[in-house]
Amino acid sequence: MDQLASLLSLSWPALLDGLWISLQLLLFSCVLGFALAVPLAVARTSPRRWIALPCRLFMSAFRGTPLLVQIFILYYGLAQFEWVRDSVLWLLLDDAFSCALLALTLNLAAYMAEDIRGGILGVPAGEKEAATAFGMSRLMVTWYIVVPRAIGIVAPTLGNEIVLQLKSTALASTITVLDLTGVARRLSIEAYTTDALLLAGLLYIVIAAVLSLLIKYGEARLNLHQPH
Amino acid sequence: MAALFDYSAQLLEGAGLTLELAFTSLCFGLLLGLAGAAAKMSALPWLRQAAYLVSNILRGIPEFLILLICYFGLSNLINTHFAGTLSLSPFAGGVVALALVFGAYASEVFRGAFLAVPKGQLEAARSYGLSRGQIFWCVQLPQAWRICLPSLNNMWQNLLKDTSLVSIVGLEDMLRKASIAAQFTKQPFVFYAAVAVVYLLLLAVSNPAFAYFEKRANRGYASPA
Repeated sequence: MDQLASLLSLSWPALLDGLWISLQLLLFSCVLGFALAVPLAVARTSPRRWIALPCRLFMSAFRGTPLLVQIFILYYGLAQFEWVRDSVLWLLLDDAFSCALLALTLNLAAYMAEDIRGGILGVPAGEKEAATAFGMSRLMVTWYIVVPRAIGIVAPTLGNEIVLQLKSTALASTITVLDLTGVARRLSIEAYTTDALLLAGLLYIVIAAVLSLLIKYGEARLNLHQPH
Repeated sequence: MAALFDYSAQLLEGAGLTLELAFTSLCFGLLLGLAGAAAKMSALPWLRQAAYLVSNILRGIPEFLILLICYFGLSNLINTHFAGTLSLSPFAGGVVALALVFGAYASEVFRGAFLAVPKGQLEAARSYGLSRGQIFWCVQLPQAWRICLPSLNNMWQNLLKDTSLVSIVGLEDMLRKASIAAQFTKQPFVFYAAVAVVYLLLLAVSNPAFAYFEKRANRGYASPA
């Protein structure tokens, strides 16, 4: 314990920087991932096969492979091709942070889309029929009835995904991003001890607990109209 | 693509190690999960609280960090306290970390499954004079197994994907072999994509396997359709 305290007093600026990077990765990947997941889930449930199939393939590919492999493919793999290095995409892929963010976003979008798809299937048919009877177009039914209801239904699952995503951000350290895990790894190598790693673990637990509380509060707000 | 062929033996060897690691961790993880579930349902308050604390801690820390702590921490622990110069192999470190994570999640699933076995069944078994061991093996476990199979499938898939983390601490698994091959051939995309495909295949195979287990476990029940 004394060791941990002295380590904290010595290297808290570095750890704080790492924590900030981790939180940025978490926040941006969750916002972007969610924004991507909603249209993806809607397209995945489309009756037209040529729309549904590519979404299904994307989701299976990202849910069926380890995130670490996805990060490696994006960061090291795509650099193999000259046309990628010459394209605009390279601005995104060349930088470790934005590349990790891209991988985390796509990964989370696939998982969230699968959850939201379950919600879409769970929206009662009567609600859709009522909306159609009111003269709403299909686009309006989807946008104003199905999607908000589906998100309300799967809100607890989406909240879980966000907490899990915090743990996924640790993998950014494998491609030299100095997030909380990255800083802790560097400190522990410098000091030949695992104290920094333990300290980082402690910080992750605290953030996960705070996140869970925030999400619980958010869920209660989201489903205000539901009877308890 | 020709390079992929040259290194296919290496990659297969790596895939074998990946599976070996996954199955070893699964065995220990299931045992840890059962022990954790037993502790969570124990009559002793301190044991219950300790079990919840440990499983919550393990579920709150990134798997990658747990792996680093287990691999480097256990080596340090052994060397400082037992005055040895033993270094933990990456395989052992990986098994410890993956089994701990799996066990933490499994303990919660098992606890729910055991609680879902109707109480009347236990009372009936007891009144028939079955011993505690018989009740556990013949009444509780088969029914809890049926209930927790879908969650176990999920956890197994996560475990298989998490094995890739071990390549970072130097275990020559599929991903590490691919990294080495990528460095030599300057074709990282080909090799990493190949690894992704193998993972997809391994996971695709495990779905029918679990469907079979579920069908077997449900043979005494009316089909829900």
